[in-house]
Amino acid sequence: MDVHAPRPPGDSGLVVRDLAVSYGPVLALRGVSLDVPRGSVVAVLGGNGAGKSTLLRAVSGTLRFHRGGITAGEVTFGGKRLSGATTSAVVAGGVVQVPEGRRIFARMTVEENLRAGALGAPGRRSAAKAKERVLTLFPVLAERAGQRAGLLSGGEQQMLAIGRALMARPRMLLLDEPTLGLAPMMASRIADTVREINAGGTTVLLVEQNAAMALSLASHAYVLEVGEVVLSGPAAELATSDEVRRRYLGIEDAPEAAAGARPVLARWST
Amino acid sequence: MITFLELLVNGISVGAVYALIALGFVIIFKATEVVNFAHASLLLVGGFVIARLHPLIGFWAALLLGIAGAAVVGALIEFLIIRRANVISHSVLAIVTIGVDIVLTTELTRQIGTDVLALGDPWRDRVLHLGGVSIAETRIVALAVAAVLISAFLLAFKYTNWGIAMRATAEDTETAALMGVRRGRISMGAWAVAGALAAVAALFLCVFPTPGLDRSTTFAAMKAFPAAILGGLDSTTGALAGGLIIGVTEAMMSGYQNDLVFLGRGIGDVAPFLVMIVVLLIRPAGLFGTRELARV
Repeated sequence: MDVHAPRPPGDSGLVVRDLAVSYGPVLALRGVSLDVPRGSVVAVLGGNGAGKSTLLRAVSGTLRFHRGGITAGEVTFGGKRLSGATTSAVVAGGVVQVPEGRRIFARMTVEENLRAGALGAPGRRSAAKAKERVLTLFPVLAERAGQRAGLLSGGEQQMLAIGRALMARPRMLLLDEPTLGLAPMMASRIADTVREINAGGTTVLLVEQNAAMALSLASHAYVLEVGEVVLSGPAAELATSDEVRRRYLGIEDAPEAAAGARPVLARWST
Repeated sequence: MITFLELLVNGISVGAVYALIALGFVIIFKATEVVNFAHASLLLVGGFVIARLHPLIGFWAALLLGIAGAAVVGALIEFLIIRRANVISHSVLAIVTIGVDIVLTTELTRQIGTDVLALGDPWRDRVLHLGGVSIAETRIVALAVAAVLISAFLLAFKYTNWGIAMRATAEDTETAALMGVRRGRISMGAWAVAGALAAVAALFLCVFPTPGLDRSTTFAAMKAFPAAILGGLDSTTGALAGGLIIGVTEAMMSGYQNDLVFLGRGIGDVAPFLVMIVVLLIRPAGLFGTRELARV
């Protein structure tokens, strides 16, 4: 992975500026700014409750499902404003999310799940092409086409969730913890797939707790903590920074470091 | 035996009509999670439009307008009330629909007054004799029309993009939205389709041997509630099964009333609700209600 130089100003992929989000009285994000240049993979790291999923909800326009809303700042993609747009408009604009926990339609077949993915971007011929691409990427989905999606294994469900999102032919893919709960082999298989999707020209915003995996994929990364960006920089640099190593990679450089850590960090020591 | 056959065919025919109503009820529930207590009034709207317009523009045109009218009223209820009511609980919306039902029914029964309105259908009171079995033509037509509509609906539900979007929304609204499905459109469509089905049901609830559309028609429509509930509120198959069970039970109970005198008169009207209670005691989610099928 080459490290992107500080983003060229004209090449605007996803741009988040001074974003604040609240769920009723609860402030979930504060002054969050980040850039995902076109064609790149950018990772957002953070523990539970850091606001990672909230960030993706704000981009996709699904905060209202959680009684939340954007209170300040804005989100744009390719210069077009996404904040305030409906979810279907965001999808039509080419920004598609793979939600946390896969959320496949368990009662529908694999085939129907893929069809559902194409609903936001109609066009019969291009849908057929998208499906071909998805089935080449995940041949197992072709084998299980007629099966109920709820009966797939966890890894297969994640493939289906990603495949379903690709059916909308996204220019940008938002991935919310795609390796959560998967066996290491399957996790690295998913990582390879993300790399492949990105190589095909799709911009990727990857939200992860699995920092090692995320930093190996991304060119640039942000660390989110209690609703604020506390660290950001090229992924390679972050991977060597003491703080990230200690908190997210579980690497102790010196035994004393842990003793000096703030008590809140106990949440991340797994 | 002949009585039994007659009762059975009549029961299935009425059951198919109940199934039409129950189906609408179920798709509204699936698309919006609202239990629509205004369903009987939607049916009354359809029947009323047909009854008032058929002397002016002929039966078929009146039927089309009745269907369209009930669909529009359904869509309007969704658009003006359900969509705007920003309430936390779906049971609150269910109570809102009771209010809508009272308003619509009161106004329509005021319009109808004490009249019994004919719907001007072309089958009138003709009876078909097959062997010893005599069946009203209206019952045969009702059965055929309901079968065609239900099949068309189920095929659309299974194979069209509309059906996929409906099912995806029913299963997980937020994720369906992430696929670009417009929830408003889906729920409005569900209400419109339910209204249209209810209008067709209104026609067949009011034709021979029933005297016509009057203020008691809503009570007949009410019997589709137990049909939907005993089948499982979120199951289209359940709506069909429930409709048929209720229809046949009701026909049998009314037909053999004289042998069941110990149960009192009018048992046919009560039977649907008794069946519902018995089914719910044994299967709380209804016959075909959701049981999760998933591997973790």
